[in-house]
Amino acid sequence: MNFEIAKEPINIQAVIDKVVQRNAGAITTFIGTVRELTKGKKTLYLIYEAYESMAVKKLEQIGDEIKERWPGAEVAITHRVGRLDITDVAVVIAVSTPHRADAYEANRHAIERIKEIVPIWKKEHWEDGEEWIGDQLEKVAYPTGKPEEKDLYE
Amino acid sequence: MNKILFFAHLKDEVGEENIRIDVAGRTVAEVKELLAAEYNLQKLDSAMTAINEEFASNEDVIEAGDEVAFIPPVSGG
Repeated sequence: MNFEIAKEPINIQAVIDKVVQRNAGAITTFIGTVRELTKGKKTLYLIYEAYESMAVKKLEQIGDEIKERWPGAEVAITHRVGRLDITDVAVVIAVSTPHRADAYEANRHAIERIKEIVPIWKKEHWEDGEEWIGDQLEKVAYPTGKPEEKDLYE
Repeated sequence: MNKILFFAHLKDEVGEENIRIDVAGRTVAEVKELLAAEYNLQKLDSAMTAINEEFASNEDVIEAGDEVAFIPPVSGG
């Protein structure tokens, strides 16, 4: 189970341990955390929601993309759902590869793809309200127009 | 019969996580139009659609037993 949706706090070391391999020269770990200020507005907490069964499949797809593009890579991703407070860990991505440059690039690919194709949403709660955030660029909520088809499949 | 799933703001607007209706033989676009009218959903057009957990296009036809999910722009990570 290298790709998971977690309802409890993520054990970061457990995610890293999944990609340990004898041919690896590097493991990169990305830890996404809940930020307090976005464009000057203070977040109190977030609620993450997932279409869990499909989200796991899409995380697996990202893993397949990485293995195809960076041969020898191993990938593990866990994304948290539920209520998260400021500084809590929302996502952990671990990638191991024979050489370090690939480990950085492949890990970056994973987080960017999560923001494009994995059915997970966050609801921001502020002092003066709440809103489902619908734009991965964090500029506007719910732009018109859906993601381009080309974004869905590499 | 088909199970229709709603997430994020769509779930809040519909007031249900899922509903069961028979939309076999209809296209995704037709079902979006039907549900947008039924539940007064302003932003259903900007949602992607998944049939049986795989992204589908507006022209795809829904079959009996298919699970249809409307996926607002995602914001994980």
